[in-house]
Amino acid sequence: MTPDETLTTVLAADAVAPDAPTRPALDGWSRPVAPRTFRPQPGDDPIGPPRRIRGAAAEDAFNVVGALGAAAAVATLLFGWFTPMTGAVGWAVVTYLSFVVIYALLVALRADAQEVADRVMTALLYSAGAILIAALVFVVCFAVFRGFPALVNLNSFVQTMASAGPLDPLSVGGIAHAIVGTLIQISIALAITVPLGIATAVFMNEIGGRFARFVRTISDAMTALPSIVAGLFVYSAVIQLITHERSGFAASLAITVMMLPIVIRAADVVLRLVPANLREASYALGSSRWRTVWHVVLPTSRSGLVTAVILGTARGIGETSPVLLTSGVTAYLNVNPFSGPMISLPLQVFDFVKSPEPTMIARGFGAAATLILLVLLLFIVARIIGGKGPGQLSDRQRRARVARSHDDLRRIEARHRVPAPADDSAPASASAAPSAPKDPQ
Amino acid sequence: MTGAGAGADELTALLEPPEPPPVTAGARARALVSRPSAGDAVFRTLAYSAGGITVAIMLAVGFFLTIRGADALSVAGLSFFTTQEWSPETRTFGIAAVLAGTVTIALVAMCFSVPLATGTALLISEIVPPRFRSVLISLVDLMAAVPSVVYGLWGLFFLQENVIPVAEWISYYFGWIPVFAVTGADGQRLTDASQFTSSAFIAGIVVALMVAPTQTSVMREAFSQAPVGEREGALALGSTRWGMIRTVVIPFGRGGMIGGTMLGLGRALGETIAVYLIISPIFTINWQVLKTGSNSVSALIALRYGESSDFGLSALMAAGLALFIITLVINFTASTIVARSRSGAQSEG
Repeated sequence: MTPDETLTTVLAADAVAPDAPTRPALDGWSRPVAPRTFRPQPGDDPIGPPRRIRGAAAEDAFNVVGALGAAAAVATLLFGWFTPMTGAVGWAVVTYLSFVVIYALLVALRADAQEVADRVMTALLYSAGAILIAALVFVVCFAVFRGFPALVNLNSFVQTMASAGPLDPLSVGGIAHAIVGTLIQISIALAITVPLGIATAVFMNEIGGRFARFVRTISDAMTALPSIVAGLFVYSAVIQLITHERSGFAASLAITVMMLPIVIRAADVVLRLVPANLREASYALGSSRWRTVWHVVLPTSRSGLVTAVILGTARGIGETSPVLLTSGVTAYLNVNPFSGPMISLPLQVFDFVKSPEPTMIARGFGAAATLILLVLLLFIVARIIGGKGPGQLSDRQRRARVARSHDDLRRIEARHRVPAPADDSAPASASAAPSAPKDPQ
Repeated sequence: MTGAGAGADELTALLEPPEPPPVTAGARARALVSRPSAGDAVFRTLAYSAGGITVAIMLAVGFFLTIRGADALSVAGLSFFTTQEWSPETRTFGIAAVLAGTVTIALVAMCFSVPLATGTALLISEIVPPRFRSVLISLVDLMAAVPSVVYGLWGLFFLQENVIPVAEWISYYFGWIPVFAVTGADGQRLTDASQFTSSAFIAGIVVALMVAPTQTSVMREAFSQAPVGEREGALALGSTRWGMIRTVVIPFGRGGMIGGTMLGLGRALGETIAVYLIISPIFTINWQVLKTGSNSVSALIALRYGESSDFGLSALMAAGLALFIITLVINFTASTIVARSRSGAQSEG
């Protein structure tokens, strides 16, 4: 008996012997004895071609194309011949509706109801995604395209509107003052938001407790703050009460109020992802709480924190309505955030497009395109730096870390090696023996 | 056997509860109190104060709006919520019309954004091949960061003129539904193209595009967390992909869907610039969404803050406070629903 046969016999006996006689007694039915376990030997069955489990079959493609053609024909008939309906949009709507119906019918020729529902819903989901994403991309491309005539005049980036009136051509004047204002305002806002936001997120994660939960609730609620309300708040609390004039600093405070909750929430999520056993290891080595945060938690989540800050910046840079109430409109370059109005790019766009002059509107689109490109740049930077969980390193970072580790090793070895050649007496060599077994003693 | 017996004895000895230590008078559990180091004390103080400042900012927003708006609220009283007119100079003002306009625009926006966002979220999380997935996710996230003034520009210079035939078409064929009717003061149907500009419908479409990316990413995150085992179970039982989505993914992500919708609603209610650029402000309630003229609380503030007297500003603060409270309630509910629908966020590396 080979081991295999023994196993099979034992298994079969086990499976059949105890309950085969009892079954007919229980319910009066005699059942066939359970078949023996069959193990296919490799090579028994011919291997067919691999089944395609991804991609669409040719029939599906035919269904889609056929339904589209039929739907277009039906809509054209309805609009051109049979009914008095007119209009391109109506034609598109009728085409789409009849596409869905005809596609369902075509699928139903070969499949059951569940398959029909599956195919139709898939088509609907695809069209929802296509409509939304196409519309969003179109919005952005529209602004960039219309802004192109203003952007090709390079004076847009170096001149201000101080020298240009509404009737001047695009080759005079520019938005340099708005670009500078945007950068100054967002810098001040970042200088407040980054320490405050990250410290708040650290507080919620590392210290915890009831007050931390309260802070989390409040910062969640702050994301709900309508932007115009942030502007009203700064207007009443800072401008009316303290400064009595609109300024870039007030605008950056309003931007701060908008950015802070975004940064806090994003940083909170990132810090929560730091593995707890890293913290525990740090505590077990005897480090204090702030050293753990400073040397373990924050470096581990550095890339995620940078992403959080950049995403907050991208949102803050585009805020119009808080700035509308707090910074004031100006055509002059003002680099002092504490006195006088200081305009930013979104506000400049808003101000330009309210004018009836086509050149001013073109300038508005140019400023909007600049703003979009700025946001796009920030977003790309965020994607390059971030998008990785804490502790996930890029190749370069990993090599740097390995090199640092080797340095540490060399340093430690050097420290242990120094006393050994200097002093060759018995106690020294005894203490050095475990770490240096090749000692010629 | 003796060895085994001894083993059994040891076992019983181990299973027996140990003798409680003799109680001596005055002995208590040792208090586990440690004195934090100086660095830790500073760290705790800093962290607590950061949290405190964040809370203080939020409370200050409510506080200042209430203080400044109290003046106007005490003059207007309850009529603040029922008056449609807005002229603080003559002491007749209220947010009935602007609030109705805000709600109309937000509802129109939801009608467009919720189906599109849900569809896109399902498409990204369930249907699209994995290699396109990350591209689409980045694209949608990027659109959430596009400034609102850009959407406003598009609405003003492109959508406005191109959507008028659609609005006319809808009101022509569906005018029997009261919301889609466009009638004059005497109930006569209006067909002039100028009656269809600057409407809540157009503003709603623009706001829908602005809030849809946010909604999409909240919903997508909820959908993608549906447990793999249940998905595979549904497919293994012979379900089609849509059957799996309907029975596993959507029930699992329902909290995220509701929460995402409400988060979008909150943003739609507070949106200022795009609405301001598109609508032509009126101060009467207009439920005919296709007809020219609408208003919203935030557009009212942006429109009137510059020319207002002290009392007028106070009235605007009161309107801002009302908007603030409404969006706060909606978003707070939304974030509670989203947080409750999510499984534990703890991780162990």
